[in-house]
Amino acid sequence: MAKTIVPIGPYHPLQEEPEFFTLTVEGEKIAAVDVSVGYNHRGIEKLSEMKTFDQSTFVIERICGICSTSHPYAYTRAVEDIIPVEVPDRAKYIRTIIAEGERIHSHLLWLGLAGHFLGYNTVFMWAWKLREEILDVMEILSGNRNNYAMFKPGGVRRDIKSGDIPGVIRKIDSIVPTLEMLKKAVMDDPVLHARTKGVGILTKEEAKGYSALGPTARASGVARDVRKDAPYGAYDKVEWKMIVTQNGDVFDKVLLRVLEMLESAKIMKACLSNLPQGDIDLRLKDIPPGEGIGCAEAPRGEVFHYVRSDGTNRPARHKVRAPTFMNLPTYKSTIVGETISDATIILAAIDPCYCCTERVAVRNVKGKKLYNGEDLVRLSQEKTEKIRKSMK
Amino acid sequence: MSMKLKALLKSPWVFHLSTGSCNNCDIEVLDCLTPRFDIERFGMILAGSIKHADVLLVTGSCNRKSMIRVKRLYEQVPKPCLVVAIGECALSRGMFMHSYNCPVPLDKVIPVDVYVPGCPPKPEAMISAVVKLIEKIKKEKLEGSSKRK
Amino acid sequence: MTREEVLQDLKDKFKGDITNVFEKSVKRVYIDIRPEAITRMAKYIFYDLGARFNIASGVDVRYHMEILYHFTIEEINLLISFRVALDKAKLEIDSLAPLFEAANWIEREINELLGIKFKGHPDMRRLLLPAEWPQGVYPLRRDYEEWDKSAIRDRGV
Repeated sequence: MAKTIVPIGPYHPLQEEPEFFTLTVEGEKIAAVDVSVGYNHRGIEKLSEMKTFDQSTFVIERICGICSTSHPYAYTRAVEDIIPVEVPDRAKYIRTIIAEGERIHSHLLWLGLAGHFLGYNTVFMWAWKLREEILDVMEILSGNRNNYAMFKPGGVRRDIKSGDIPGVIRKIDSIVPTLEMLKKAVMDDPVLHARTKGVGILTKEEAKGYSALGPTARASGVARDVRKDAPYGAYDKVEWKMIVTQNGDVFDKVLLRVLEMLESAKIMKACLSNLPQGDIDLRLKDIPPGEGIGCAEAPRGEVFHYVRSDGTNRPARHKVRAPTFMNLPTYKSTIVGETISDATIILAAIDPCYCCTERVAVRNVKGKKLYNGEDLVRLSQEKTEKIRKSMK
Repeated sequence: MSMKLKALLKSPWVFHLSTGSCNNCDIEVLDCLTPRFDIERFGMILAGSIKHADVLLVTGSCNRKSMIRVKRLYEQVPKPCLVVAIGECALSRGMFMHSYNCPVPLDKVIPVDVYVPGCPPKPEAMISAVVKLIEKIKKEKLEGSSKRK
Repeated sequence: MTREEVLQDLKDKFKGDITNVFEKSVKRVYIDIRPEAITRMAKYIFYDLGARFNIASGVDVRYHMEILYHFTIEEINLLISFRVALDKAKLEIDSLAPLFEAANWIEREINELLGIKFKGHPDMRRLLLPAEWPQGVYPLRRDYEEWDKSAIRDRGV
């Protein structure tokens, strides 16, 4: 059968790195995939070396808007690892609260878009409506909806006022029932099962070979979570469990994220109600020469920062490794052999980008246009509709 | 004012373009679509294809690789087309000014009509920007000073 | 295996390859190794000890280039960094990408940002930088200077 090349990208409104996928398809089946990145490369590692340790936090925050806590978290831990120091308990708790709030909002964002691709626009609107609530919580706690600017080497910049806490807990309590409803909907919905079960499987061995991280690895049965493996912040002081599912398909990734949101809500509540008193900042002055490594579990997996200091007030080298860097190449094993109508949801399942489909255009080798992005989403949505009808 | 521009102002379809942003502006753009802000009540809708768009919402600091794409996409938009630069990166590149991969600000690449400052700007700010843009064009029409075709 | 057993095991197995071991803390160990040994040591730690490949990071330290390969052994929560020093006159090292897929992209990135060659890499195309970026200009090196004369570096006010 003639091979057709499907370019996806590079622009899509909602991702960390605008990627450019080239799918080679044989009829309906995807035969090969190639990824090209760099549309978002801003030289942050170099910029960070031009700024002082304190200023760098703000640059690092802008690596990714969705992970705007995880990167500063890993960076500040790396700087603290150089000295080495432990931050005060209250700062640890505040950091944990912000990080978990971010996880809920990121997973909700993903869930909404995954729903959109499957033809459930109701899910999209519901999840994003719910997300506004958690953004309100973040605004109360940090003063901004995104880019919280709470972290600094040695502590946090802003305290949580004790007057805010009851209101925030009430807000989280009001989110939990809706999350429970979402969980039930995911578990019960036969159409969702039909669309996502057994689709885009990443086996346990493959996940290990790619060194996959976060939900991508955990959905394949690899129990890998920095929060449990090397507890930091307040994660070893509160009760929570790591969610691991076994099949590695899209369904497991959806379910895993929904369950994780419930755990995050639990952690947030526990931290808020047990917030210890004390200082929130160590007021670090000089950073001695040395090397430091910091990890933090972002919504997508482990963020890894390596900072080298040469005794001046600027980092000599700063290496950032985002989780998607490791997760993206797993497409090579998940997408090959699947059909085009499943491509959008498999590409979305790893949570690097969702709206890539908005700019998809299928061309055959002669350059004649076959489908555009809307057609691909339509194909995906029609398939759902078909399955739904056949089930009635 | 041409017929086309008049029609455009009734229900501007927006297309969103990220040129190397941190994602926050992009999320806030999408936030405008969802129940709390709901820009559809103003007749605005996010278009899936550049060929259907009237307004380009550009975010990000315009790096070397995406610059070429932005130019090409701007050529493909049916004119008249309005460009809104969203966020500090799209305005002046903000803290990425000295980055080796972001050589020029966005308005040196494509013409920009409205600037929305903020990192990230709130959804309210974006909605107000588009409303202001529409008012501006209507005023230009009354004064007859519009250079747009 | 415990932390001490792992370290002793590495020291015994690769006696000639390890030049220095620096134990920074309970969670972090830096091991300096000779560049020729990287493939066999990475293979051993990844497949036999079950470590996870975190990332590699290249550093330009005035007189030579360093690459650090970070591996985490999750069961004992130990992060082992292999440090390789490369002479600036001969920036070459064996590629790890044929061993495990996880090293593929980072080697492409180091190659274009620091200019280190990875021998035996299956697919050494550019990853991040655009096609018009000049050959032989590496942004993360210490001696990097702006090559693009048309770039604007002020706010225009």
